[in-house]
Amino acid sequence: MHLLYFAWVREKTGIAAEDVELPAGIATVGDLMAWLKMRGEGFADAFARPDVVRAAVDQTHARRDASLEGAREIAFFPPVTGG
Amino acid sequence: MIRVQEADFDLGAEVAKLRAGRTDIGAIVTFIGTVRDCGGRVDEMTLEHYPAMTEAELARIEAEAKARWPLQASLIVHRVGRLTPGENIVLVATASEHREAAFAAAEFLMDYLKTSAPFWKRESGPDGSRWVEASANDDEAASRWRDKHAAE
Repeated sequence: MHLLYFAWVREKTGIAAEDVELPAGIATVGDLMAWLKMRGEGFADAFARPDVVRAAVDQTHARRDASLEGAREIAFFPPVTGG
Repeated sequence: MIRVQEADFDLGAEVAKLRAGRTDIGAIVTFIGTVRDCGGRVDEMTLEHYPAMTEAELARIEAEAKARWPLQASLIVHRVGRLTPGENIVLVATASEHREAAFAAAEFLMDYLKTSAPFWKRESGPDGSRWVEASANDDEAASRWRDKHAAE
């Protein structure tokens, strides 16, 4: 699974992108966030407020209950501030 | 039409392109968002984005505007990278037979862009740098279109 991090989520995790093998039992965006949060201090900080962090599955906004089945790329980022 | 670019844009040139060869357009509305210095707090703004998603999301927003209003043409140009106060950030242009659709669609495009296109602003100034926080006003502005949609 290809994971991407943007803005302060990227700064806190310390990386912009990575490929990971997901352990069994991770079915949704929320499951993935809970797992990522346990991968060290930076990730714990990035995902400390999971209600604030937004996600996209294959370049489409996704809620925390969205399924990861068949997904190739998951991105995590703060609420957007363009315009 | 959608464009994401580091370079500045020229309003006159963009509008000229939008209306070139057309005699059916009766109203053109344009909006430009620019970098503010916020009373001297901001020297520079850096815009980050998610390239693979940005264009798809902007195209989706544009398609939705075209489905809601009778637009003859539309354009979204959004800049990324390092910008300084006074510079352009975003251009939205809409063309229609009558002004109501052009005004409403331009406002809709900006409201939706601000709450769903994956751009992030980082400001820096004399007090250091910080990520700009999303505004509740922007969420509200976008949600009134959803309410309107539901009412229709």
